[in-house]
Amino acid sequence: MDMEAAKLVGAGLAAIGTGLAAIGVGNIWGSFLSAALRNPGAADGQQGRLFVGFAVTELLGLLAFVVAMILIFVA
Amino acid sequence: MHQFTITPLAPWELAGYDVSFTNSALWMLITTVVLIAFVAGGMKRQLVPGRWQMAVETFTGFIDDMLEANIGDAGKKYVPYVFSLFMFILFANILGLLPLGVVGVHPFTFTSHFTVTGVLALITISIVLIVGFWKHGLHFFGLFVPHGTPLPMIPLIFAIELFSFILRPFSLALRLFVAMMAGHVLLEVLSSFVIDGTNAGALWGGVVGLPSFLLMVGICALEILVSGIQAYVFALLTVFYINDAENLH
Repeated sequence: MDMEAAKLVGAGLAAIGTGLAAIGVGNIWGSFLSAALRNPGAADGQQGRLFVGFAVTELLGLLAFVVAMILIFVA
Repeated sequence: MHQFTITPLAPWELAGYDVSFTNSALWMLITTVVLIAFVAGGMKRQLVPGRWQMAVETFTGFIDDMLEANIGDAGKKYVPYVFSLFMFILFANILGLLPLGVVGVHPFTFTSHFTVTGVLALITISIVLIVGFWKHGLHFFGLFVPHGTPLPMIPLIFAIELFSFILRPFSLALRLFVAMMAGHVLLEVLSSFVIDGTNAGALWGGVVGLPSFLLMVGICALEILVSGIQAYVFALLTVFYINDAENLH
């Protein structure tokens, strides 16, 4: 395979990672929402943890984006 | 891409280094001025606050509560730093999204550059290290060995915790930079769909241009949300790391 084509295929494959991170982030917000509806009184106190979990999960998706950008523009 | 290029506005070279006043620096200056104007407008200290004072007090109260909840009483002294950090990032993100291109001025989102977010993360991590070693001395290394770790596990846990600690500034800077850059790239790609689709004639304008335009309006709203969330996450993680330095585990 041509080198340039291989880079673009790799960047496309890296986009799968962003999709997987979307599943993770959706899981976090969905779990929070279902738990918050069961016990609304405790929901506000857990918002810090919600956002930390969101940030950590999102970072992995963003890393996939960085890999794609590096493959297209840098490598 | 054009919106991310840094152009020197007032070239200046100091001892062989390029320290020109760039469009990035200009937008930092604008952000600072807008931020100072916003906060100064709310510093009237009226007993019954007006709308503006209420808005500013909501933000300071929000940061105050965040530090109180996560660090406790020791967190009070970090309010100025975390407040400045949060508001600076928030204003920078939102100013970079303003549709000033309509009047010919192109906003520059300096938070979409790793150098800027990297320096912000370095300031945070420097505060963590200085406070940690100042307060606890060499006991600060106890941060890397959680309480109740079995003896044979200590070298492994120490290595893992140290590695995660070293990665913190990178993850902090990378998150903000990539989130802002990805958002702006997404908007640019969608706007190219709208422009190229509409230029290709009425049929493609209707099939591609119009739906892309509607999607773009929604994505713009999402980007405003992301601006707020990323500023909040940056401030929150800063508070978490400072908590580690203040209270160890």
